[in-house]
Amino acid sequence: MNFTIILHAGVATGTVLLFAAIGEIFTERSGILNLGVEGMMLLGAMAGFSISLATESPWLGVLVAMLAGGALSLAHGVVTIHFQADQVVSGLSLTFLGTGLALVLGEGLTGQTPPLLLDYNIPLLSSIPVIGPALFQDHGILVYVGYLAAPLAWYYINKTRPGMHLRAVGQKPSAADSVGVNVYGIRYIYTFVGGCLAGLAGAIISLSVSPGWYSSQTTSGQGWIAIALVIFAQWNPMRAALGGYLFGMLRRLILDLQGPRILLGFANPLYINSNYSFFLIMTPYVLTIIALIFGSRAVAKKRAGSPSALGLPYVRGERGK
Amino acid sequence: MSTRLKVEKRVDVPSWLPLVTSIGSVVLAFIIGGIIFKIVGGKPFEAAKYFYQAVFGSWAVFSDTMVKATPLILVGVACAIAFKMRLWNIGAEGQFYAGAFGASLVVLIPIVPLETTPKFIVIGLMMLFGMIAGAIWGFIPGYLKAKYKVNEIITTLMLNYIIINWNNFWIFDKWSDRGFQMTATFDRVAWLPRLADYAKQIKAFAGVTLHLGVLFGIVAAAIVWWIFRYSRWGYEIKLIGDNPEAARYAGIDISKNIILVMAFSGALAGLAGMSEISGVVHRLQESISPGYGFTGIIVAWLAKLNPFVIIPVSVLFAGLIVAGRELQPAGLSFLLQGIILFMLISSDVLLRYKIRILRTDEEAA
Amino acid sequence: MSSTTPAVEMKDIVIRFPGVLANDHVNLTLRQGEIHALLGENGAGKSTLMNALAGLYKPVSGTTKVNGELVDFNSPKDAIAKGIGMVHQHFKLVPTHTVTENILLGMDEPRFLMNLKKYDEKILELEEQYGLYVDPAAKIWQLPVGAQQRVEILKTLYRGAEILIMDEPTAVLAPQEIDDLMVTMRSMTDQGKSIIFISHKLHEVIAVADRVTVLRKGIVTAHGKSLEGLTKRNLAQLMVGRDVVFSVEKEEREAGDVVLEMKDVYAKNNKGLPALQGISLRVHSGEILGIAGVGGNGQSELAETITGLRECEGLIEINGEEISNQPPIEAIARGVSHIPEDRTTVGSAPSLSITDNMIMKNYNQEPIGNGWSINFARAGEHAQKLKEKYNILAPNVRTPAGKLSGGNLQKLILAREISSYPRLMVAMQPTRGLDVGAIEAIQSLLLEQRQSGTAILLISEELDELLSLSDRIAVISDGKIVGAVLAEDADINEIGLMMTGGTDD
Repeated sequence: MNFTIILHAGVATGTVLLFAAIGEIFTERSGILNLGVEGMMLLGAMAGFSISLATESPWLGVLVAMLAGGALSLAHGVVTIHFQADQVVSGLSLTFLGTGLALVLGEGLTGQTPPLLLDYNIPLLSSIPVIGPALFQDHGILVYVGYLAAPLAWYYINKTRPGMHLRAVGQKPSAADSVGVNVYGIRYIYTFVGGCLAGLAGAIISLSVSPGWYSSQTTSGQGWIAIALVIFAQWNPMRAALGGYLFGMLRRLILDLQGPRILLGFANPLYINSNYSFFLIMTPYVLTIIALIFGSRAVAKKRAGSPSALGLPYVRGERGK
Repeated sequence: MSTRLKVEKRVDVPSWLPLVTSIGSVVLAFIIGGIIFKIVGGKPFEAAKYFYQAVFGSWAVFSDTMVKATPLILVGVACAIAFKMRLWNIGAEGQFYAGAFGASLVVLIPIVPLETTPKFIVIGLMMLFGMIAGAIWGFIPGYLKAKYKVNEIITTLMLNYIIINWNNFWIFDKWSDRGFQMTATFDRVAWLPRLADYAKQIKAFAGVTLHLGVLFGIVAAAIVWWIFRYSRWGYEIKLIGDNPEAARYAGIDISKNIILVMAFSGALAGLAGMSEISGVVHRLQESISPGYGFTGIIVAWLAKLNPFVIIPVSVLFAGLIVAGRELQPAGLSFLLQGIILFMLISSDVLLRYKIRILRTDEEAA
Repeated sequence: MSSTTPAVEMKDIVIRFPGVLANDHVNLTLRQGEIHALLGENGAGKSTLMNALAGLYKPVSGTTKVNGELVDFNSPKDAIAKGIGMVHQHFKLVPTHTVTENILLGMDEPRFLMNLKKYDEKILELEEQYGLYVDPAAKIWQLPVGAQQRVEILKTLYRGAEILIMDEPTAVLAPQEIDDLMVTMRSMTDQGKSIIFISHKLHEVIAVADRVTVLRKGIVTAHGKSLEGLTKRNLAQLMVGRDVVFSVEKEEREAGDVVLEMKDVYAKNNKGLPALQGISLRVHSGEILGIAGVGGNGQSELAETITGLRECEGLIEINGEEISNQPPIEAIARGVSHIPEDRTTVGSAPSLSITDNMIMKNYNQEPIGNGWSINFARAGEHAQKLKEKYNILAPNVRTPAGKLSGGNLQKLILAREISSYPRLMVAMQPTRGLDVGAIEAIQSLLLEQRQSGTAILLISEELDELLSLSDRIAVISDGKIVGAVLAEDADINEIGLMMTGGTDD
């Protein structure tokens, strides 16, 4: 168990959660709760994988994955924004739809080997001791993009005009509407952005972090973990990034625990009986629940972060949020 | 003279409309599913014919469909009672597994000597343990929601992954049958009676796999129907579901009800798990559910949370599962379920708005 | 544009909602530099007409001219471009944004980066010009209501509004704040702005407006009348179409035993800030204790602590039994009924039937509740009886409560709360937003309750209502009872002063 290796792997797998969570933050900040992240992610993973296989271009795969996630999210947009359907149920059906589509269209992809996204080193930065090799060496470009994504998203949301409009639409759409801000338009845009980023997260899995197509095992619930991360992060992209990386590191640490014969001076039970690894597989899900307990308590206490119109359809002329 | 569409809010909803939109949604979903199926290279019409054959073709296959419908009814009813309170229990899948695990304990520990205990006691204990295990798996997210306001959608989902790995540990390790990833077949005393068991008395029952679990489903639907329709508890659930603020104002303890409803919902899903391993699989193994817990969500929603309507809807979806087993590609039944649910919630807009075609000269009037 | 061209000229405006003709060929003319009152009861169509002028609704027919130019607004942006700004009754402010952010919302400048500091200063300049002071960097939720209203006005001025529509701007203000607002309005017209002032309060209209247009049920009953020589009674007749009785007949009655006793009660509001700061009061049987105060001074929290909906410190007793910090069911069991502030979000369940709503407080008691079950046949009869007795207009008792009008919904709540024969009734703003007929009905129901010996805590922001119904009036300000008077020798100015927390020093 080597800290550099854990950090390196944590950053790579954390990038998946980071993009999915930032996407969901954008969507939820506009007042739309999209629970279909898992479905969009899986569709993105499949689309990226199969396009890369067909065209030999992993980047075209990434692009199509984003569009696929975005297209699926627009279905959620129409149903919740224009038809004012329940956002929870619509999000759930999106999960089914995305999963089903990915499985149907991804039939026969298992075992194939498309060209993957390549890894690069960042000169200079990669020579920093300990951190350099972990953060700036042998990562896909999207990992490096991820480093910038969180602060940029934070800046965009809090310090720019479109960001201010986004927050207004999620907090009090009637106020935004009364001064001519296009509430529906903004909600569509950020629902789409969220879908694209979920699709991107999926493609990062299948083309970079753990390459391959393993049907629904490809994402194995990471979309849901991303949604939990949004609550834990209190809708703040910086905290979501931190949480995503920490989560990624924990996953790696868990894997590494199975290796050594001796752990902390004792015989490693995981080494002796590999079936104990089922308990390790549970850990991320248990941790998600624990993180959510703390996150929810903080949100309940401060009443901060959560967009107050989240989950509520906006109809002009109706009283309320 | 030109015309244009005008969308108006409905003042009242004709009583036939919800039924029409629900059926319309399903039909439309099948058409869209068929088109997608065609695109990926399938033959939708043959598949439909095959579907009918595989689901309703004979008594034997229909019984097979009913066997699949059994857990769906129980899980659908479990979801309905939670959804009525707007509690999004999407962990019925996990509660189903928990129920299967709990029921298995009776046989695998064993809690009573299987050779000497009468069947009805063994079965009764399995039901009890299955329901308790399911209830615990529902209680956890309920308690977290009531106490810490933790979003139940995510906790119930995470608990699904946790219980599946928990079960895996036991079937791979302690209870593994000669290294296979399953337990040994249960003693027959732990099997739910099937119609086929009476083939000696009634010839027609030969090979009919329908088991007693279907009665559990029907009874559960009847009980929940009574709860919704006539009970104080059902009234409290409806009130909380419609407006929690008003419920609190009416003196109802919301936290207590969240925990109770989640545990009750979990118990029903747990019973489904028990019924499946005791009536069909006869052992604990890795894949005992093709997603019953998730399909139950759609079943409940399509039935508009009406427990009795859940029964026929479950049969329809059971057909999808039976046919889906053979249909390629494998994700098709998931896809169809997604489209059905999507169509359904989209069609709800027709219940709230009506669209009129106006001639422009009418407008000034 | 000459000074004789009207600022706004609306002609034959028709606006229709499903089942309602909200504006029926309405005319309105606003002259340059005047304050024009638009008077009418709730539901008369005032706000609808003004929302059309502000670009929020589109009339079915009719024409609108602004400064002589024919306009056709498709969105609020179009109206703003023509110099029309609306100060909404329910503030259209984003609570988590700063004052400056709210003012800049929807503007084309700044293009991308906010650079808030620069704009804070610009807004300070504007504040100087009109004497509307508020900290530009403060978040809206931190501001008192009066300051929020100033933000709304600044918002329209910043957009270069020449024509201001003020939708019931006084409804949320204390008497002294109302005076300040009127000074501001005058200073704006002095600087060339024209103002439409929507109100249903006659004395305010007389005090501040130059001319008045009156709407009744969507029809104009007075078009641009000069206010000179008009009396309150004339205006009321135009507004209601009949003579209005301004005082309620109230019988003499001796107050009985103490029913509600509160001692040193402290509670926090939803933001976790102190809302009640040592409230002590008593209400006797057969007595109406009025609580006067500007909204948001602890009234909601007061009602909620008594009915068990909010945690508190201190002592609350009903007939000598302590109920502080007990769940709501304990208060209900001791005969506390509650007419909540918000009919739709607290008092009723919108998609459940009238019957289901009618049994909210007694579903677990005989004869409706019966062990584990509810006798819905009896519940239906009970609801039917109340529906008839209280004249609730609805097709039948299976109608969802959400389909009822405001007045009928309030009658449903009142019927439910009265039918339990309460010992104490906590009534919060029971007549808000209702038309005159419904107000009269509800006020006389409250007096009937007083006559039958119920102790009533009446919390209202309408001083007239408090003065005519109450036996005693206590004034709440900043979570404290700052004074109490007998209603018969109450002086409205003195009460007004206490409401703002001001004393003579």
